[in-house]
Amino acid sequence: MSRAKTDFWVGLFVLLGFAALVFLALRAGNLSSFSFAPTYQLTANFDNIGGLKVRAPVKSAGVVVGRISRIGFDNQTFQAVVTLDMDTSYQFPKDSSASILTSGLLGEQYLGLVPGAEDENFADGGKIRYTQSAVVLEQLISQFLYGTAEKQGNASNAAPDGAAPPPAAR
Amino acid sequence: MNTPRNPVSALGGWTLGTISGVGYFTRFLGALLARSGIALRRPRLVSQQVHFIGNYSLLIIAVSGMFVGFVLGLQGYYTLNRYGSEEALGLLVALSLVRELGPVVTALLFAGRAGTSLTAEIGLMKAGEQIAAMEVMAVDPMRRVLVPRFWGGVIAMPILAAVFSMVGILGGWVVGVVLIGVDAGAFWSQMQSGVDVWKDVLNGVVKSLVFGVSVTLVALYEGWQARPTPEGVARATTRTVVVGSLAVLGLDFLLTALMFGN
Repeated sequence: MSRAKTDFWVGLFVLLGFAALVFLALRAGNLSSFSFAPTYQLTANFDNIGGLKVRAPVKSAGVVVGRISRIGFDNQTFQAVVTLDMDTSYQFPKDSSASILTSGLLGEQYLGLVPGAEDENFADGGKIRYTQSAVVLEQLISQFLYGTAEKQGNASNAAPDGAAPPPAAR
Repeated sequence: MNTPRNPVSALGGWTLGTISGVGYFTRFLGALLARSGIALRRPRLVSQQVHFIGNYSLLIIAVSGMFVGFVLGLQGYYTLNRYGSEEALGLLVALSLVRELGPVVTALLFAGRAGTSLTAEIGLMKAGEQIAAMEVMAVDPMRRVLVPRFWGGVIAMPILAAVFSMVGILGGWVVGVVLIGVDAGAFWSQMQSGVDVWKDVLNGVVKSLVFGVSVTLVALYEGWQARPTPEGVARATTRTVVVGSLAVLGLDFLLTALMFGN
């Protein structure tokens, strides 16, 4: 095979490889969700972040307005410190509150931002004061169990004559 | 070698032989890398080998990738359907292809398709005394014959693995979305939300690069030290497939543990 022909086919082969990589990165991967827009940083302290991960989305009203860039631990307050990379085109009032939510029943966790009412907006490096921790399923269940047990105990104490309501009815 | 010996000295001989084999293999890699300058000075030699190794392997890689994608789509659908989460089919197909199946199956096919031909070619060159003739003409055969083949294989392997993954994902799409009727939007969006470019795609590329180096190196080494007889070349070709495939599977376990186990 002549040199020019070999070069042509090798070039085609390499280009096909690049096309495949671009396909994997853009169509199958999440490169298209990387934004190169300018960002500003916010921090928020949480008692418990649950299963929140770095690069999880920050959503407000369901729209992605930023991403989580770092998760650390504060040795003084024993709280998790979450750093958010916020898109500069979205500004939020200083009394906005952040909570850790789950998309769907078993989906990934994200940070929900509910805007406040103050006139002043967050500056770069600002701190979100009002935060709500992730819901831990075990704690929820144990609260529910203790609550039910307590109620049952109260009910049987209040009506010792055997006129207690059936325990399933609340 | 064939004289009966007591087992202790046989064990000792085997151990010494294995260790010096590893040493020779390492020295072989060093010698290849030290002579790699020719790949930059005469890139056409490398591109010829990319053509020989890569282009000719493209068809078998693409067809295998397509069928692997088909099977993943079918099997994944039947399993996920049981849990009512067939929307995750795209994620399942893409993650298994990009992280594991793409690099590994490509490397196994590569060892069978390209590695054997490299070994046989070099072994026959040796048997036909072409290598000795080169030495007589003051042409370094390692530089002229082995280095272009090595770099050709190292360049071709990641490209083939990427093509394999891409065709496989398209195959999974054909079975899942076109034939079975999984929602197309969910298929792609679940895939995009679950596959990370750096953690999954890039690590897959790194894997395929490592496999390309190891398979090509094993193939060249086996050809280079084959006994210059028909039987010797046949044995070397077999050993290329066996050793190359085992090296790929072992390295895959190591790399997966390093990359994804945290």
